[in-house]
Amino acid sequence: MKEQTENVVIQSEHPESSPPTGFQVIMREFKKDKLAMFSLIALVVVIVGIFIWSLLIDQQEMMRVSLRDKFAEPGDKFLLGADQGGRDILGQLIIGARNSIAIAMAVTLLTGVVGIMIGLTTGYFGGWIDNIFMRIIDFFITIPSLMIIIVFVTIVPKYNIPIFILIVSVFLWPGTARLIRSKALSESRRDYINASKTMGTSDAAIIFKKMMPNLSSILIVELTLNFAGNVGIETGLSFLGFGLPPSTPSLGTLVSYAVNPLVLKEMWWVWLPASLLILFLMLGINYVGQAIRRSADAKQRLG
Amino acid sequence: MWKTIIRRILLMIPQLLALSLLIFIMAKFMPGDPFTGMVTPDTDPARIEELRQQAGFYDPWYKQYGIWMMNAVQGDFGKSYTYKVAVADLIGDRALNTLWLALVSVFLLYVIAIPLGVLAGRYQNTFLDKTVVLYSFISYAIPVFVLSLIFLYIFGYKLQWFPTSGTVDIKYDNGSLGYIWSKFYHLLLPAITYAILGTTGVIQYLRTEVIDAKSQDYVRTARSKGIPLNKVYSRHIFRNSLLPIAAFLGFTITGLLGGSIFIETIFSYPGMGQLFIQSISGRDYSVITALVMLYGFLTLLGSLLSDIIMSIVDPRIRID
Repeated sequence: MKEQTENVVIQSEHPESSPPTGFQVIMREFKKDKLAMFSLIALVVVIVGIFIWSLLIDQQEMMRVSLRDKFAEPGDKFLLGADQGGRDILGQLIIGARNSIAIAMAVTLLTGVVGIMIGLTTGYFGGWIDNIFMRIIDFFITIPSLMIIIVFVTIVPKYNIPIFILIVSVFLWPGTARLIRSKALSESRRDYINASKTMGTSDAAIIFKKMMPNLSSILIVELTLNFAGNVGIETGLSFLGFGLPPSTPSLGTLVSYAVNPLVLKEMWWVWLPASLLILFLMLGINYVGQAIRRSADAKQRLG
Repeated sequence: MWKTIIRRILLMIPQLLALSLLIFIMAKFMPGDPFTGMVTPDTDPARIEELRQQAGFYDPWYKQYGIWMMNAVQGDFGKSYTYKVAVADLIGDRALNTLWLALVSVFLLYVIAIPLGVLAGRYQNTFLDKTVVLYSFISYAIPVFVLSLIFLYIFGYKLQWFPTSGTVDIKYDNGSLGYIWSKFYHLLLPAITYAILGTTGVIQYLRTEVIDAKSQDYVRTARSKGIPLNKVYSRHIFRNSLLPIAAFLGFTITGLLGGSIFIETIFSYPGMGQLFIQSISGRDYSVITALVMLYGFLTLLGSLLSDIIMSIVDPRIRID
């Protein structure tokens, strides 16, 4: 507490020399990079729009099979046509996108929290804790995780969305943990950490109150790029038929209809909108992530 | 350096053992067993039980694991229940197809990425550079199954430049020139898709490397000696930047393996990835376990290869 008040005093005495805060740097970066700015705005608009729109859709009504409308073309009844069960594509697109985004967010948060905790702890303490976790992380990184997730998904008896999130997360935290560990390792050798140690600050306080804020820009970059990756993983697995449970609309499932050559050739409205939406999400999130990455690394900054 | 390599190889053994144990436990949890599929209304349940006894289905798990491991080390992964042939033979054919696909993909990847990376670095911040950076960015962000489908749609169906499935036309005799050409022609579109998806790393690396090299002393020396700019690029900068990208080979192998499941499914290409998905749907456990083991082994091999090349090429990384 005492340190914080001191900091405030120092800053108010020299307001003109205080470095810009992380947030200001990020804002400046976005102002310089029009494409990133556009991506950010478009992403927010689309994601919020999808979540609001999805509230207005009666999912059960929409997923009712009506064979008379099988592969109905885009028109008055269905704005974007219908699939082989005569179900509205537009509705599935909205609900599917909401599901994909929500799942990707959940996986990102879960793997983020686990990865950051483990990475910070092992990086800070080093020694045998670090050794044990590094062996575990090495193991996870070298296994064919996509295949093992697929096997897991097929052998789990009660399969639903939370279980799916859990299975995927088990295999995705090691990447984040390894990155954070390497950063924490170099950070923990710095003088300010040693100073805190000699002052008797507890390890937990040093890790979370001192080290974590200094790594926050790397954390944000990692989480953003993970989010994009997780959208890809969820839609990819759903595409193969091992993602969301059947009858739950998903972007990946819509794209997977195109494995049927007839659908791919003749019925573009079934798979193309979902493909383009996935592409938009991936590009947008990655662009935003790159802009934040540049603001985290002074050498790469544009602004 | 030999010490590092040997240590890395020795480290692979516990990793493979841990992977095999994980796979074995998963296989035990898979619903049903190989004999469930044989049950028809007129089979005798007692006969099925007898078969299960014989196959060691009721043995304790560690005994079953031991037997499975011993056989696996000798290359015997049991018999495929769907195809009724030895798993090793089944995978052998498919692995060869995947290998060819991988070879052509890696070749195309470097053919596309090396000139783009060098040119982008040389003409930094020009329109060309920005286009290349944008291209590499899109290829990084686009999911493999989306690009595969779009390519299949445009080049396979709409333009009809490429065949849309299989490995070879049936009209050719095995071994004839037409047969080989047809085989190559069939894997070209999936390979191009792969190559485009994998270029990002190499392009980015080469670009930064060339930009760095431009301000290095050896380049300035060469220029001041009156060597033409083109020659400086082809002789000095290019050669210095080229070797490290060989290290990407390992990562590329790993990436190719993950993507093969999607690409082979979409292009109906009978490789290991497609076999994996088919085995999952058919609950062909012995094939599944063998394939996951094989992929795990290849992934380890890929990262080992990267490390070895890195340590040969870049002495700074050489630890021992």
